[in-house]
Amino acid sequence: MTTGAPGGGTVTGKVTYTGTPAKAKPIDMSKEPSCAAQHATPQLTESAVTGPGNALEYVVVYISEGAPSESAPPSSPATFDQKGCHYTPHVLAFQVNQELKVVNDDQTSHNIHPLAKINREWNKSQPPGTPPLSEKYDKPEFISVKCNIHPWMHGYFAVLTTSHYAVSDGNGDFKMPNLPPGKYTLTAWHESYGTQTQEVTITGSETKTVNFVFTAKPY
Amino acid sequence: MNLTKITKSQILSVAILAVLALPVGVSAQQGQSHIGRYTGNASTGKELYYRYCWGCHGFRGDGGGENGPYLNILPRNFVAATFKCRSTPTGTLPTDEDLYNTLVRGINNSNMPSWIALTAQNRADLVAFIKTFSQRWKTEKAGEPINVPAEPALTIDSIKHGKELFTKLECWKCHGPEGRGDGPSASTLTDSNDQPIRPYNFSQGSRFKCGTTNHDLYKIFMTGVDGTPMPSFADVVKPEEAWDLVHYLRTLQVTHKSPELALWMTTKEGAEYVATQRIHETPTGSGVQ
Repeated sequence: MTTGAPGGGTVTGKVTYTGTPAKAKPIDMSKEPSCAAQHATPQLTESAVTGPGNALEYVVVYISEGAPSESAPPSSPATFDQKGCHYTPHVLAFQVNQELKVVNDDQTSHNIHPLAKINREWNKSQPPGTPPLSEKYDKPEFISVKCNIHPWMHGYFAVLTTSHYAVSDGNGDFKMPNLPPGKYTLTAWHESYGTQTQEVTITGSETKTVNFVFTAKPY
Repeated sequence: MNLTKITKSQILSVAILAVLALPVGVSAQQGQSHIGRYTGNASTGKELYYRYCWGCHGFRGDGGGENGPYLNILPRNFVAATFKCRSTPTGTLPTDEDLYNTLVRGINNSNMPSWIALTAQNRADLVAFIKTFSQRWKTEKAGEPINVPAEPALTIDSIKHGKELFTKLECWKCHGPEGRGDGPSASTLTDSNDQPIRPYNFSQGSRFKCGTTNHDLYKIFMTGVDGTPMPSFADVVKPEEAWDLVHYLRTLQVTHKSPELALWMTTKEGAEYVATQRIHETPTGSGVQ
């Protein structure tokens, strides 16, 4: 295991899908008028968010094996925002013992209820105008997050042991810089299409390309 | 035939012995519980569990017992160690006393019965054994019980302030404006097992899931009912204010005689409210409008 000194290697890649993904459906927010008013067009469901060229968004790519050991999590918090009765970002990746900050930017109450199975399951109310909540998790896990008051709200926390991770954007692109030399196993996780792994070796300051292709399901 | 009977009971004995001989995997110190003057022992609790509890809570303590699938609210999964009725903050482990109290009281409005038929020592032993199902008790300590300040005097102002809190904290979104469990979000609520679940209906009863007293009610919303949609309000309600909310919630229980309700009915607003609510709750549900 190498130490946590930042290296010069980079892994970039693109996440795409084959097949037909389920069609995103518009969400009816009429039960919460203050949120419905914030969406000129209805918010769509996000179990498979796609982009041009069969791109797949919100795929968490991280080093699952061979990652350099880390001394401490970053001191800056990972922020999860509730706005328009919608979680931003839809998938929040952060590290074990890093501070998670949950903000309510809406005029309605939300309860923040991450359904952890390995970590502690807690459930806290966050009325409008109250300060952000602060929490942390001490074990790695992919945690589904919901609000019981607004059942259409879905999000995920990807709690990871490594700082070497990225979440694919609207074009399916991801980039993992600052990798020290080593032989790594990369895992790509998508909330509906499962996980995949690939191996990559970094010897110096080169850039390696690793692409992932998921099989979409029509439901 | 006699031969068949003897053979069958022999087989049953062997089966029971085989179950009891299974390893529990707990060290002598950790297999204990402490409630008041009782010390419970997991190895004794194990025999009790496999006699009384495993039919619902399952062979592995994960709520997957034979009876489990038929129950409206699924039996507690001890492996996950998420408990509804606690005096400790949301997401933390309950104290031994919390678990013991659940055994004494049962869980109101669910299929978990009261186990006062067993002795106090039995219950302490069961608490010790239940804790062996989850690794969390080895790595984590029980949460620190929340501080419940002394209940202040009951006044009409307290009830009115509680009513403001009920509105401001948006309890009515699930519980409904009259606390009848019919709020806008009530019909879509699911618990952490994705089972449909209903919010508590204040107008119908006096017993809450986790108790009957004002003190119990205080703890319910200040620690949350883990595993259900009911969150903890500990971060957003000051401890003194929480008592105001308790007083107001009692006035929503229009069929249960409480000092809070009696005081509330001396006001014009309270008297009118209770008069309309009581008509709705006729036994046949016919509800004169």
